[in-house]
Amino acid sequence: MNYFQLFDLPATFELDLTELGSRYLALQRKFHPDNYAAASNRDRLMSVQQTANINDAYHSLKQPLLRAEHLLALRGLKISHEQRSFTDPVFLMAQMELREQLEEISTSDDPEDAIMAVEQQLQQQRKLLLRQLAAALEANTAEQNQQAAELVRKLKFFFKLQHELELIEQQLQD
Amino acid sequence: MALLQIAEPGQSAAPHQHKLAAGIDLGTTNSLVAAVRSGQASTLHNAAGVDMIPSVVRYGPDKTEVGQQAVAAAAADASNTIFSIKRLMGKGYAETQPLAGVLPYQLVDQGGLAAVATREGVKNPVEVSAEILATLADTASQVLGGELNGVVITVPAYFDDAQRQATKDAAKLAGLNVLRLLNEPTAAALAYGLDSGQEGVIAVYDLGGGTFDISILRLKRGVFEVLATGGDSALGGDDFDQAIVGWLQQQSGQQQLSHTGRRQYLTAARKLKEQLTDNDTADYAFNADEQKLSGSLSRAEFEQLCGALVKKTIRSCRQVLRDADLTPDEVAKVVMVGGSTRVPLVRSQVGQFFATEPLTSIDPDKVVALGAAIQANVLVGNKAEHETLLLDVIPLSLGLETMGGLTEKVIPRNTVIPVARAQEFTTFKDGQTAMAIHVLQGERELVEDCRSLARFELRGIPPMPAGGAHIKVTFQVDADGLLSVSAEEKSTGVAAGIQVKPSYGLTDEQVAGMISGSMQHARQDMQRRLLREQQVEADRVLEAVTAALQHDGALLSEQELTEINTALATLADVRQQEDTAAIKAAIEHTNTLTDDFAARRMDKSIRQALQGHKVDEV
Repeated sequence: MNYFQLFDLPATFELDLTELGSRYLALQRKFHPDNYAAASNRDRLMSVQQTANINDAYHSLKQPLLRAEHLLALRGLKISHEQRSFTDPVFLMAQMELREQLEEISTSDDPEDAIMAVEQQLQQQRKLLLRQLAAALEANTAEQNQQAAELVRKLKFFFKLQHELELIEQQLQD
Repeated sequence: MALLQIAEPGQSAAPHQHKLAAGIDLGTTNSLVAAVRSGQASTLHNAAGVDMIPSVVRYGPDKTEVGQQAVAAAAADASNTIFSIKRLMGKGYAETQPLAGVLPYQLVDQGGLAAVATREGVKNPVEVSAEILATLADTASQVLGGELNGVVITVPAYFDDAQRQATKDAAKLAGLNVLRLLNEPTAAALAYGLDSGQEGVIAVYDLGGGTFDISILRLKRGVFEVLATGGDSALGGDDFDQAIVGWLQQQSGQQQLSHTGRRQYLTAARKLKEQLTDNDTADYAFNADEQKLSGSLSRAEFEQLCGALVKKTIRSCRQVLRDADLTPDEVAKVVMVGGSTRVPLVRSQVGQFFATEPLTSIDPDKVVALGAAIQANVLVGNKAEHETLLLDVIPLSLGLETMGGLTEKVIPRNTVIPVARAQEFTTFKDGQTAMAIHVLQGERELVEDCRSLARFELRGIPPMPAGGAHIKVTFQVDADGLLSVSAEEKSTGVAAGIQVKPSYGLTDEQVAGMISGSMQHARQDMQRRLLREQQVEADRVLEAVTAALQHDGALLSEQELTEINTALATLADVRQQEDTAAIKAAIEHTNTLTDDFAARRMDKSIRQALQGHKVDEV
């Protein structure tokens, strides 16, 4: 299913999120099961399926990483459930260093400072990769799409680290 | 495929008379029914002039009593008087053991599920709840002057799939048409939101008798968006009562209590709690198990007793804000729901955490029922236009058991519902034709820490080499928060047969058995009920397709139009007769014949929705 088509939006990585949001609500208003609570069984079932689609589409387009994955899937590159390891040694080293930094937070003198420091690094890296990703997807050549897929894989690592960082922060707060 | 009954803004699908609908707050301690009359939501009073009835059922020697009557006999007949049944909804026998010493009636194991032994035999929570629902529906029918077309029943947002399903089963057993299960905090927000035209982020703090919920919603131009929800389905005002009971026992030295004695302690504890809302100290004097007790409890002592409980709720508030990615100061208003929010310590702690005075202008005991009534009125179709859009979320993550007793999340908590997610599985042995799948709900990593929802057997997988078969299992959660599962082998398109065994619930057959087995529904009644259900469905199909033809008949060729009209005429004819199977067949025939038409309407309708939206923008 083409999520861009569902919202009648151009299939591009750069997306007006406000516009996406208001189109999402327009469709929800029309198809939400609350509109069909007294309708026939078939209509109710279809409303549930349609809104589930709309929700899934919105969820996938709203987040840059999922949006890129969807765009690549439309271009014939499926990466959502693949098992693949990295071969880029520079990237792997950087990852390991960040991971060490994460592990040292709880024992550092000022955990909050340590968290901020890692967060900043993660943010910078993410921004950089997202910019490269946008450019690669915009180019839309076979080679650039492969490059985009690789960037998505890398970004996944950064989002995962970000999530782990948030968990550490929570644990410290509690 | 698509939707047939699409009402355009400003026009109703068909002119119809006002339908009767009610909102029901099925609470742990008390229950209420409310309805919208002349545009105003209000609670409905029974013949005795009471709107809030105790959620208590007594299986007496010659009749079953519900509400105040049941409570009146409670002290004398504790083991047959069932209260707090909501705590047992959708629960396994083993997991309710901690309650066994607390509840003055006897819990028994009914095929793994918790049930109660009464003089009328074993009664499960679905049956007990159905008695309460039926009583409330009777009140509504009497006040509104007719049979109800549908009801909205509220459930704690934190209720899991088994608890929701049990609630829906109870409604079915009571013979009610459930328009929607609505989350209690969302209902409360509806009552407040429509009342005051509130905008911004609001928190709903709902401390009921047996459950605690905290939800964060964003209200914007008629859209009620639940951002995150959390809580504790086993924490509530009852625990405050129990804390006082424990304290009283310490004072008296009475450790072993009879069922009746326990009841007397509980009554005294509740009185003390209520008195301490407006007073700094409260006195008690009562007899229990041949001992006289008297003394006093200060508010400070009481606050010490329940301080830990309140703190636990604040911890949940912090977690849910984190989930919503918000800070306490971004919350504009806090709505208080549930009788236990009258406890001054609760109000002050909540006010302190959110740094704002909590809203209490609508009675915290009634606000949920009022919100449910508003939604019921909309859902039953009394309003041509829906000004409000409710976007709710799934409260707990859904996952699957993987190797080594770990869970893998398929749908994370706070995902907007309805939602459908697919997961692919493959076979690990040559020629494997079956596969076992275990569905879980919860946030923890280990299977044993999550709640088991169901076990599925996928059968009929075509034999292939290991890893050759790709089985796509789709999990769908509907607007009531209820899960359904379907599976398909991808390369062959063979739908794998699924046998669902709910871990803590009744199968469809068991519910049907209970309906036909109950005294009120003798065999003949059962058949009449099935006929009535098909007739109602036939009317819905007729109304929907007729309206669709009116709006979009132009989408059909002449031949298609003739075929559909013939099918409609047949359906209308069969509907007047009393052949349930024939009506069912005619409905199915009409559905099949209009599937393609529905798909074309769906596409058109999507285009229109987006078009209308663009016009709005300009």
